[in-house]
Amino acid sequence: MSTDTNATVQGTVQEESVKKQSSFREFLKRLAKNKLALFGGIVFLLICLTAIFAPLIAPYDYQAMDMSNKYLSPSLEHLFGTDQYGRDIFSRVIYGGRWSLTLGVASSIVSTVLGIIVGSIAGYFGGKVDSVIMRFIDILQCIPGILLTICIASVLGTGLFNTVLAMSFGGIWGTARMLRGQILTVRNQEYVEAAKATNVSEARIIMKYVIPNSIQPIIVQACMGIGGTIMGAAGLSFLGLGIQPPMPEWGAMLNDGRSFLRYYPNMLFAPMIFIALTVMSISFFGDGLRDAMDPRLKE
Amino acid sequence: MSALVELKGLKRYFDTPKGKLHAVDDITMSFEEGQTMGVVGESGCGKSTLARTIIHLQEPTAGQILYKGKDVTYPTKKELPKLREDMQIIFQDPYMTLNPRYTVEDTLKETLTISGQYEKGDLDHQIRRLMDMVGISGRLRMAYPHELSGGRRQRVGIGRALAMNPKFIVCDEPVSALDVSIQAQIINLLMDLQQEFGLTYMFVTHDMSVVHHISHNISVMYLGQLVETSPAKELFRQTLHPYSKALLSAIPSIDIDKPKKRIQLHGELMSPINPKPGCRFAPRCPYATEACRQPQHLEEVLPNHYVACCRVRELNPDLSQETVSAAANQ
Repeated sequence: MSTDTNATVQGTVQEESVKKQSSFREFLKRLAKNKLALFGGIVFLLICLTAIFAPLIAPYDYQAMDMSNKYLSPSLEHLFGTDQYGRDIFSRVIYGGRWSLTLGVASSIVSTVLGIIVGSIAGYFGGKVDSVIMRFIDILQCIPGILLTICIASVLGTGLFNTVLAMSFGGIWGTARMLRGQILTVRNQEYVEAAKATNVSEARIIMKYVIPNSIQPIIVQACMGIGGTIMGAAGLSFLGLGIQPPMPEWGAMLNDGRSFLRYYPNMLFAPMIFIALTVMSISFFGDGLRDAMDPRLKE
Repeated sequence: MSALVELKGLKRYFDTPKGKLHAVDDITMSFEEGQTMGVVGESGCGKSTLARTIIHLQEPTAGQILYKGKDVTYPTKKELPKLREDMQIIFQDPYMTLNPRYTVEDTLKETLTISGQYEKGDLDHQIRRLMDMVGISGRLRMAYPHELSGGRRQRVGIGRALAMNPKFIVCDEPVSALDVSIQAQIINLLMDLQQEFGLTYMFVTHDMSVVHHISHNISVMYLGQLVETSPAKELFRQTLHPYSKALLSAIPSIDIDKPKKRIQLHGELMSPINPKPGCRFAPRCPYATEACRQPQHLEEVLPNHYVACCRVRELNPDLSQETVSAAANQ
């Protein structure tokens, strides 16, 4: 008995040199090591914060028109100048983040979640279920994405919620197809068979073996999707379907500014810079996220 | 000595668009407790399918699997986990069979936890014990599979199998993915473990020199069927089936003065889909005759030495004498 205790004590001493770390902390550490991802994360967080605290940051009301101060160039008073109704562009861009970011993030989440569900069903069950789902997706993917979105948006009508639905619809299928492919690959891996041979339950195999090993590309796609959705929403606004004026959604502002590009480029550039910053920071962050999630890429 | 696991007429067929693929066809075999049964044959002869069928990763099409004399061919959902604790498998490619997101500790811990044989506080100690047993140093405890060398990965695979405290381990080509120098280490480890815990192995391989080293008994498979089975020494002393002879002649010899005569086989394996009755080796066999078109049966030609070849006595003239003398000895 006493020798047994001795062994344990020795073991504990050894243990310290092993350095135990929870996998989540390790994940954060790896993420923080990636400078570009860290930068992207911080920029995106800042953009989100400005949108959340817009009333505190924005110097003017985003709806307040001032007809005597139309088409002003950028100055200290109006950081990005004013638009054709004399509204402060800086304030509008700050407020615009609320709609644009919500739209982008929400659509991305909705389409990713639905895509994961559809893709997992097709991947796990296989056979006829898989064939039916995949043929349905094939048919949908024959229709140009923007056309499909316009159809849904015009049926559902305008507004944030409806626009999120319309925008996410197109993204479901790509995600589903990708995840299905991944699951088919992972499901037939020998480590899944090995897990079965050691009595690992079906649920645990799905949670610990199949999903962690197949989700990676989905996460990156979801992050990239946010940028794409913001741009897509701009298209909808242009057609008068998405979010309606006077809401200062970035895409809508971009369309507004388009007609004044020649004389007042600041109207176009302000929302453009914000869209570009958001898309860029998210893709940096998404890339870093993927790398940090994969222990194989650890140096 | 008693048989731990017995197979009786075990069959595993796969449905293919062209017909039934006979991967494992009517295999009868018994695994003596504490011994190693080597199963050899070329690629595609159904060795791995047989291995997977025995531990219920594949469902048998027909036949029986007996464990400690009990029929476990189609275990219920309740029986299966218990059975798997007793029957484990070591896979061919350890990199493919370890979850890439699990550290060494995660892999061992999961299996130990699932086995339910240990208390939570004891797990840590058990992991260390296992790692020690299979020879992985403590510093690799938090290492991921991609950070380990092939030999170490296979040690983790062995550790996982042992975590269940099994009685019977199927080794499905456990060393064929490893360097020759590492092969020896792993085989010695397996043999040490067998001595220590009285394990029973089914050792699947295509490498004749490996099987010679580790096995007590050897079974030779050809296209899903057993063609010869006998104690290892006996098989190497007196190889009877033409296919086994060809297989054994492929062992490289270190004696340069007496270069071995290799028996070269021509042609390919015949298709395992809806095979014709009769000896499946006949199309490649240099001694095939009309009689070989009849179904072949395993026959005890010498004590404990079974061969499925109708011409075995013709081809081995000295055999009848031995049979007589063996009978006289008994």
